[in-house]
Amino acid sequence: MDRYAEIAQHVQNGYSEKARKAVEAALAEGCPAGRVLKEGLIAGMEVVAAKFKSGQMFLPEVLAVAGAMKAGMELVKPLLVAANHEPLGKVVLGTVRGDMHDIGKNLVAIMLQGAGFDVVDLGTDVRVEKFIEAIERENPDIIGMSALLTTTMVHMKTVIEVLKQRDLRTRVKVIVGGAPISKNFASEIGADGYARDAATAVDVVKDLLDNK
Amino acid sequence: MRKRFNSLALGADALLFGVARTPLKRNGVVVGGGTVIPEIKFTLPPLSIEETPTDEIEAMYREIVTAVCDRAVHLGQQSLVVEFELLPPMTVDPPMGESITALIAGILAEFRGAHGLQSLLRITPVDIREQNKPPLRRRGREMELLLDSFRRCARAGADLLSIESTGGKEVTDQAIMSADMRGILFGSVVLGCADMEFLWEKIVGIARETGAVPAGDTACGIGNTAMVLADQGYIPRVFAAVVRAITAVRSLVAYEVGAVGPGKDCGYENAILKAITGLPMSMEGKSAACAHLSPVGNIAGCYADLWSNESVQNIKLLAGMAPVVSMEQLVYDCRLMNVAAGKGEGVRLRDWLSESDAGLDPQAFILSPNAVIGLAGAVVSEQNDYRRGLAAARKAVELLCEGLSKGRLILSEREQDWLSRIGQTVSELPSDSEDFLAQEKPKWKDHVNYGEYGIPDEA
Repeated sequence: MDRYAEIAQHVQNGYSEKARKAVEAALAEGCPAGRVLKEGLIAGMEVVAAKFKSGQMFLPEVLAVAGAMKAGMELVKPLLVAANHEPLGKVVLGTVRGDMHDIGKNLVAIMLQGAGFDVVDLGTDVRVEKFIEAIERENPDIIGMSALLTTTMVHMKTVIEVLKQRDLRTRVKVIVGGAPISKNFASEIGADGYARDAATAVDVVKDLLDNK
Repeated sequence: MRKRFNSLALGADALLFGVARTPLKRNGVVVGGGTVIPEIKFTLPPLSIEETPTDEIEAMYREIVTAVCDRAVHLGQQSLVVEFELLPPMTVDPPMGESITALIAGILAEFRGAHGLQSLLRITPVDIREQNKPPLRRRGREMELLLDSFRRCARAGADLLSIESTGGKEVTDQAIMSADMRGILFGSVVLGCADMEFLWEKIVGIARETGAVPAGDTACGIGNTAMVLADQGYIPRVFAAVVRAITAVRSLVAYEVGAVGPGKDCGYENAILKAITGLPMSMEGKSAACAHLSPVGNIAGCYADLWSNESVQNIKLLAGMAPVVSMEQLVYDCRLMNVAAGKGEGVRLRDWLSESDAGLDPQAFILSPNAVIGLAGAVVSEQNDYRRGLAAARKAVELLCEGLSKGRLILSEREQDWLSRIGQTVSELPSDSEDFLAQEKPKWKDHVNYGEYGIPDEA
């Protein structure tokens, strides 16, 4: 088993310390940080994500795996930054104005982070101006909005309209999700994607970035 | 002043839908006096409360409540409970919630006068204390608005005061996702009970002051979050089942402080609370599928004094508007239960409701009558909240293991593995609450403002 496969295996098993040591050894042997990330850490996480999506793993098991990935990332990230390595993508998330529900949004954040994306979580009750500020500050590829109430889902449309007014709409893709949200609603308000759950949110984000 | 229950009010044979040891009588409605009564709930279609004129919002509520009452009268229903669950902007703006409460109370009075339809109005403000991170539980603008909302709604004609309080949720949200049983006990029992005691003393005080009824709470934000995530395959079902058992300890506090029922519909732990308190409870099951899916659609009916649809948007279905459709479904469900009880066959129907769900899911299994009595007994065997939670967790694990070993409960291998892990965790927990507090408190210090739970901040 090569170093990359070894790292991927430790990530899949959720072994944080072993993953960290394998990454350390790989880097010491001169393996490029970008390949350690892609062929080791992310490759391991992708296997887990697929198992989670097909119902073979529970979220707590995925979280243990995410911990192993994080342990490896801590060593790799400074090298990637120093080498100006292009990140997979950045996603800004938030539950819209007037809505305090955040479990679904938090799950999406966990799954995206696990898949290697940079995630900026704005929290709950996020007003339109806060989304705009975050887009200007963070320059994300995607913003994700969540709502659980029929009386707050309408604020998603407001955010998209303000993005258009401020000439920011072409800078970011928009995905939406939450109990009252449907694919039709997402289309009606002009969102680029709809994620029916946390597991599919990663696929939606990847598809949007592939087609950007 | 909190008075702790130390025995059960009802045994397995008396634990039955429609019958409470201490029924609630008000406005000609008797809850738990031998009949199951529909509790209808609804929410608005997609719209922005802030951008919609108040008179338009009130017109929508008028239309919904009038329509459901019309249907109830048409079907010969003699009594019902209407719940107005305030949306966040209606709680933040107490006069708005007050105005809608007065409107609904007025419509109910019209139907009482014109058609003899007896009714009660339950109001449930949103626990807006969640707006701060970490939340301020005992002070601040949100707490003041929340209490003002209760007071104004009570004065405007609300009969029953309820809330889905969120004390401890800053820990349990994370604990649920990582299936952390220690975190569940710390958040829902140590923190949750402290918050319940503080909050419900306030609500009971408002009820005394206004003549309203302090009805009850629910650990919806904990137990139902776990249930829904388990239903989606995110967390083990056995974990959600043990969480449910633990939530009974938290919700019980409302009744120990002075609430008298009927408990909130979405608290499936109400089954256990009914056995302990003998007070009437609202339940929801198959006819709440419009709001969320669950593995306990039939079994929840075993204990219902009120039978609820949880919530439904006011949208058009083929038959009519969705709340009207819900009203009809609830009426028919209640008719069947009431006819069975009238013929002395209530226990037989209860057992069918139980057996049709119990073997298929651990969350249903722990709600079967004998399991409920076992769990209720475990809770009242202790007087300390943490020890109650621990007793409930251990009993739930014991019941599930026994069900599995006797072939009465079906569990996948993965679920069986998790049941072992949970059993191991709860067997290793300290029996002393102070030891447990000392172990858990440092872990959550970045998420919890301990002073807001009356717990000293220092380690």
